[in-house]
Amino acid sequence: MVPLSYYLVLSAILFGCGVLGFLIKRNIITIFMSIELMLNAVNLTFVAFAAHWGVLSGHIFVFFVMVVAAAEAAVGLAIIIAVFRTRETLNVDRVNLLKL
Amino acid sequence: MRSLNLWIIPLLPALGAAINGLLGKRFSKRMVNIVALGSTASAFAYALWVALQFRALETVPHIETYATWLRSGQFSVEYGFYLDQLSLVMLLVVTGVGFLIHVYSVAYMEHEGGYYRFFSYMNLFMFFMLTLVMANNYLLMFVGWEGVGLCSYLLIGFFFLRDSAANAGKKAFIVNRIGDFGFLIALFLLIKHFGTLQYNGVFEAVAGMPAETAGAGLLTAIGLLMFVGATGKSAQVPLYVWLPDAMEGPTPVSALIHAATMVTAGVYMVARSNAIFSRAPEALMVVAIIGCLTAIFAATIGLVQTDIKRVLAYSTVSQLGYMFLACGVAAYTAGVFHLMTHAFFKALLFLGAGSVIHALGGEQDMRRMGGLRKKIPYTFWVVTAGTIAIAGIPPLAGFVSKDEILWKTWQYSKVLWAIGAITAFLTSFYMFRLWFLTFFGERRGAEGAEHAGHGHSAPASGHGHHAGEPHESPMIMIVPLIILAILSIVGGWVGWPHALGGNNHFETFLSPVVGASAEMHGGAEHAPAHPASTAAAAEHEPAHGERSMELMLTLASVGIAALGFFLAYLFYYKNPALPKRMAEAAGGLYRTVLNKYYVDELYGALFVRPIVLGSTKILWRGIDATLIDGTINQSAEGAQEASDTLRRMQSGNIRSYAAWVTAGAACVIAYMVWRGLR
Repeated sequence: MVPLSYYLVLSAILFGCGVLGFLIKRNIITIFMSIELMLNAVNLTFVAFAAHWGVLSGHIFVFFVMVVAAAEAAVGLAIIIAVFRTRETLNVDRVNLLKL
Repeated sequence: MRSLNLWIIPLLPALGAAINGLLGKRFSKRMVNIVALGSTASAFAYALWVALQFRALETVPHIETYATWLRSGQFSVEYGFYLDQLSLVMLLVVTGVGFLIHVYSVAYMEHEGGYYRFFSYMNLFMFFMLTLVMANNYLLMFVGWEGVGLCSYLLIGFFFLRDSAANAGKKAFIVNRIGDFGFLIALFLLIKHFGTLQYNGVFEAVAGMPAETAGAGLLTAIGLLMFVGATGKSAQVPLYVWLPDAMEGPTPVSALIHAATMVTAGVYMVARSNAIFSRAPEALMVVAIIGCLTAIFAATIGLVQTDIKRVLAYSTVSQLGYMFLACGVAAYTAGVFHLMTHAFFKALLFLGAGSVIHALGGEQDMRRMGGLRKKIPYTFWVVTAGTIAIAGIPPLAGFVSKDEILWKTWQYSKVLWAIGAITAFLTSFYMFRLWFLTFFGERRGAEGAEHAGHGHSAPASGHGHHAGEPHESPMIMIVPLIILAILSIVGGWVGWPHALGGNNHFETFLSPVVGASAEMHGGAEHAPAHPASTAAAAEHEPAHGERSMELMLTLASVGIAALGFFLAYLFYYKNPALPKRMAEAAGGLYRTVLNKYYVDELYGALFVRPIVLGSTKILWRGIDATLIDGTINQSAEGAQEASDTLRRMQSGNIRSYAAWVTAGAACVIAYMVWRGLR
């Protein structure tokens, strides 16, 4: 049996990669993927704890997160396409109309 | 107890004011007249009916309470009316004279703008004045007191396009505020010490207190503060300055508000509070001295004024001084009696002067009048009646009331009597001067005033187009004048003194109001200096010596009046060049009196200028502009600067936001880890 800490460390690494990608990447698609990566790191924590404590609620919560993430992906990609159509770029630094 | 529904009386003019004020703009003049005259006439008729019912009343004072107005703990003020002999007299004077003046105004104001506005204000004034005289507590009286002040302001400034009128209105209002301040403090003292403002409550509480003969105390303080209010409203020294300027208003206003009714409110208040004043001899003494001073002071100014309305204004101030003199020597009935007769003859004189002004197309300067006797005979005869009445020649009204005041004053103090007698002489002189200048000699026209230099020429607006040959006023103006003339002649007979074979019904009638207080202070026997007790004693046992003394004094005052007439005859009819020569001989003194003793200038330098300067320099520029505005502006600028700095955080760069979020999350996690480790 793989101990709980392994899962948690993996999850932390994944989450750190997500944060790092989110912070340093300029391409919206990459940022979006980084967000997905963070979500899945959290999901991994949920299932790891659920297996460790032998309760079901963690698993159920993961399904919820997946559903929301799927919905979010649909909306987010639609937004990205709309942004690309109007501004012809995927660079977030160029999408700054609201900036002072 | 049967209710007389006294509330109807003030309500009628209030309705008239509301209807004319709200809808009058769309009414024809005829409709405005119907509303204004109808409301005052019905108020007068109802007052007459009340007077007829008065004898049948079981209890006097008859108090009607309609509602509780204020309630605060133990203290409560009712909304109710108080009818006794004193308020009945005031009620009849206010509604009667008020109605006559309304009738007169119909013709006088016909060519003026704001016709409906004028009548609305006049009716509103009647409402407040009736509230003042009928209230059953001091607070309701104060409402009327302030209300008449408001109407006075509105009507003085009626021709508000003229700067002098607007300023005169403001002056009247502000000077009255000073007096009202004293009145208000008196009310607070009453609340604090007696816990009530109802007349009967206060008078009952006061009745149990001894006269403050040994030293000034609470009652003296209350009396003096009330008198401060009275000096403002009734134009006594030192607050009289507003009344002469109030002549900027239309003449009927001068007659109604600034001669017959409102300015006598102070006398009414003192007479109403006689229970308090009678127990405060020092306050009474101040009242008497101030009244006496005002009487002679204003009379001397009246001697040299050239504006016909200003002569009458100073005469009013002087006569009000007489009323306070009477109150001050505890002869309240004499004061109220003079109030009534003065209302008749002074309203008559003002309206007569208005008729003269009307006839001359707005001319108010007596130096440009003259020779009007034949041109406007009706006006001449009624003004003659008024002049003789005020000059104190028997058997007209002014003689009876003034003589009674002088007689009561004689019993109190010989010095005050002497000043009062000199004032009577001056009154007779300046009134006959007015009479001769206006009606006798030749019409002097415009050239008469040129050499005099200092002239107060305030052209009454609207009358200008009448210029030309003097013409008699229409009948609707003459009829009220004739009625007032008759009242000025016979009005005094109700109080014909005992010494002349009369029985002074008026004093007997009013005695329950003031007599009650005279007998209430039972301790007065061992206070021989007390004026009320000596006067009362003199009334009850008219010793033979006293009677002949009174006759002597009567003869003396008639002689004084005749002397005034004779001198005026000499100066202004026989030898018209004489006054000018005398004025030149008197030089500085004459100029001082002509300029009203420079009192306005003195007040300007002492109070008005420092206040204006202090307000602009310290309060406005210093405190308001620098401190208050400065604080606000500084804090606004500080907020702007701070937000300008904080704004930089909102860079609009998504990744920097994300970094903030991450940093925040890291902080929270670090904190929780630290908590967990501990």
